[in-house]
Amino acid sequence: MSLKQRADRQGMPCQDPRVRRHNFQEVALGYTKEQAMEEAGRCLQCKKPKCREGCPVEVLIPDFIQAVAEGDLAKAAVLLKEKNALPAICGRVCPQESQCEAKCIVGIKSEPVAIGRLERFVADWEMRQGAPCPEQAPRKGKKVAVVGAGPAGLTCAADLAKLGYEVTIFEALHTAGGVLMYGIPEFRLPKDIVEQEIDNLRKLGVEMQFNSVVGKATNVHELLANGYEAVFLGTGAGLPNFMGIPGENLCGVFSANEFLTRTNLMKGYCFPEFQTPVKVGRKVAVLGAGNVAMDAARTALRLGAEEVHIIYRRSEKEMPARAEEIEHAHEEGVQFQLLTSPVEIIGDENGWVKAMKCVRFELGEPDASGRRSPVAIPGSEYIMDIDTVIVSIGTGPNPLATKSVSDLELNRKGNIVADEDGRTSIPGVFAGGDIVTGAATVILAMGAGKKSARAIDEYVMAKAAEKAI
Amino acid sequence: MYPIVRKEIFSPTVKLFDIKAPLVAAKAQAGQFFILRADEKGERIPLTIADFDREEGTITAIFQEMGAGTKRLGQLEVGDNILDVVGPLGVPSEIERFDGPVAIVGGGVGIAPIYPIARALKAAGNEVFAIIGARNKELLFWEEKMASVSSQLIVCTDDGSYGRKGFVTDALKDVYEANSNLNHVWAIGPMPMMRAITNVTRPWSVKTIVSMNPLMMDGTGMCGACRVQVGNETKFACVDGPEFDGHLVDFDLAMKRLSIYKDEEKRALAALEHQHQGGGCGCH
Ligand SMILES: Cc1cc2nc3c(=O)[nH]c(=O)nc-3n(C[C@H](O)[C@H](O)[C@H](O)COP(=O)(O)OP(=O)(O)OC[C@H]3O[C@@H](n4cnc5c(N)ncnc54)[C@H](O)[C@@H]3O)c2cc1C
Ligand SMILES: Cc1cc2nc3c(=O)[nH]c(=O)nc-3n(C[C@H](O)[C@H](O)[C@H](O)COP(=O)(O)OP(=O)(O)OC[C@H]3O[C@@H](n4cnc5c(N)ncnc54)[C@H](O)[C@@H]3O)c2cc1C
Ligand code: SF4
Ligand code: SF4
Ligand code: FES
Repeated sequence: MSLKQRADRQGMPCQDPRVRRHNFQEVALGYTKEQAMEEAGRCLQCKKPKCREGCPVEVLIPDFIQAVAEGDLAKAAVLLKEKNALPAICGRVCPQESQCEAKCIVGIKSEPVAIGRLERFVADWEMRQGAPCPEQAPRKGKKVAVVGAGPAGLTCAADLAKLGYEVTIFEALHTAGGVLMYGIPEFRLPKDIVEQEIDNLRKLGVEMQFNSVVGKATNVHELLANGYEAVFLGTGAGLPNFMGIPGENLCGVFSANEFLTRTNLMKGYCFPEFQTPVKVGRKVAVLGAGNVAMDAARTALRLGAEEVHIIYRRSEKEMPARAEEIEHAHEEGVQFQLLTSPVEIIGDENGWVKAMKCVRFELGEPDASGRRSPVAIPGSEYIMDIDTVIVSIGTGPNPLATKSVSDLELNRKGNIVADEDGRTSIPGVFAGGDIVTGAATVILAMGAGKKSARAIDEYVMAKAAEKAI
Repeated sequence: MYPIVRKEIFSPTVKLFDIKAPLVAAKAQAGQFFILRADEKGERIPLTIADFDREEGTITAIFQEMGAGTKRLGQLEVGDNILDVVGPLGVPSEIERFDGPVAIVGGGVGIAPIYPIARALKAAGNEVFAIIGARNKELLFWEEKMASVSSQLIVCTDDGSYGRKGFVTDALKDVYEANSNLNHVWAIGPMPMMRAITNVTRPWSVKTIVSMNPLMMDGTGMCGACRVQVGNETKFACVDGPEFDGHLVDFDLAMKRLSIYKDEEKRALAALEHQHQGGGCGCH
């Protein structure tokens, strides 16, 4: 079959935007088996699959898709999970358009094969069947500590447990999942999917100690002294940045982390049955245009805001969010104020936000990198009436854990310096995920957890061998 | 699970719990706090570690029933379990041997957090003047414990129902008059009281430490709900505090920020009153 004859990409069934903007149920409903097989048939089964180069963990893409095309979903699941421990999650949240699907050969002439949607389909199918417990190597009688239960820590813990280690995860919050639980909303990533993955970890014998802030209740040196052979730090990039403009501490200005955590982790959308309140006004401005900003904007709509504006300094092209989320936000009625930046938040006499002063930008001459950077248009200031501001202009590394480790090398921004395999400046201390790279993606965090698990195994085995001599 | 091993009722709205939380007790220091979540649907409530027993593995909290969260907490009894306890959080008080006497002032439930600080100050060899105050006699507690960790204790009530009649600020002025070499003041209590104390000590140029109690959620620096304006800087009370230089804190803003969820708090109280009528939200 020539490329031209490829059938159209199977659309993703979704909840109607008019309905879903009022509920927290998942937006994308998933393929049917017929759709999945049809879509799988669009894959050319390339000998040198470009798509795999685009995937940070090199999922066996053509292989699992072939199995889907044949209708052998059990086989597809095994092939998929060979490289990706959390496919139900990645299928939903990976920025496929800049990773696997960006490289797919079909995408040159037509739309690329819907790799992410197929991945999700297979993973969901397997979950419904009840996934078999993965095989475990014989117990080694050696303990490893993992700090942080986000995708990096969870993946590292799972791989170590499979290798036969006794793994304990120390997590600051009262539940596992990291951003998957507190940040990414239910309507994009249902929490029971994350919980199932966490249950799988328990089946592997991984112990989880919640409410354990490393750097406070315990620290890395103590863990190493208390019988843990190695420590993996996967503490993420959880510290919210603010703009540093006047009025930012007024009532009604929230970090996206606060707004989303109240909603997701604390189930604020079920207030008052769940007792944590979440506040959203009538007119909401969300600062930023990444995944976090889209999530905050769409959450605000669902909580009853009348108008939600994304305020972003650059143009549509530069918005860092996943394409699908931007599209969904548009469909649901989020308004985009591009080439615009806030300069001041204005309060009323009670200390509440009542307006925001913004300035407009235009794209200037291309700079050395060829990118046209925005320049403020003089005299373009204007005031918009709003009552809530959600700041989502990025996050930095939380220093609680790292500060407590003497001699741990950090970079200028406070991220841990680690090599490809997660080795830090201290023997026995490994790190990966957002705490090393800065805010990135779920799949990169998982990839880092995986590599560190391998490096930790090597390290512990080498140490044991040395002792034996 | 963190069982409540002792409960004391100081007044209809002020209660004490000893909670078994060995890992928190092992590390707790004066000036630190913890966060609890009573059950699956509960809020995360920050409370000061008013005392700790490392051997028994317990921490002590004294709380005032304010809204739905603390009212529900007050209904728990010895033997009941608290689902989550995380701590110790926050930066411990900076304790040293100061050059000159120190004064420590606790108002209302603020008496609880000053106790471990006074104890540590005394243990470090300081002359400690302690002042505790409440609206009336019923709301006072821990007088004896406070007396045991201070060189002199002054007890005040607003209505004169016990001790000296008047505000803690007046008592502090007297202490200063007799001890103009006062080196440090700690003041913990309701925001208006802490602000009043800082206004009193400002002309004396005596360093005055207050402990801020803004709204909090995670307590680890992740949400920024606990933002406090200190001088020209924005601080996160849970990780940078809760203690700050009281002369630099913007109390006006801090008090306004406490009212962010006022409407929701009313709804929560109403819901608590109708709790037994059943019915969920149907959204989970
Ligand atoms: C709202 C939002 C939406 C996103 N959407 C997407 C998306 O669509 N696609 C995508 O690929 N990526 C997305 N991301 C990014 C992605 O979630 C992160 O890159 C990823 O979660 C990083 O994983 P991690 O394991 O490094 O850290 P995290 O997920 O941040 O987990 C870190 C964990 O460590 C814990 N911790 C921190 N400090 C301590 C301590 N001192 N002691 C004990 N525990 C500690 C934290 O509580 C947390 O549970 C999004 C992020 C956010 C916030
Ligand atoms: C670090 C820290 C230590 C604290 N230590 C203690 C303590 O030892 N004993 C104690 O009784 N309380 C303490 N608090 C205050 C306590 O956390 C709040 O009273 C409690 O969270 C109120 O919850 P609620 O659901 O009962 O009331 P809500 O319904 O949330 O609020 C009811 C009323 O209380 C006010 N309020 C809400 N949160 C706070 C707060 N954080 N501080 C003061 N007022 C508040 C509201 O403005 C409202 O008027 C501390 C707070 C912090 C941040
Ligand atoms: S893990 Fe992500 S990038 Fe890799 S194939 Fe799956 S969806 Fe694509
Ligand atoms: S590049 Fe596209 S067509 Fe080729 S194997 Fe990968 S998914 Fe299939
Ligand atoms: S309570 Fe969330 S940052 Fe302080």
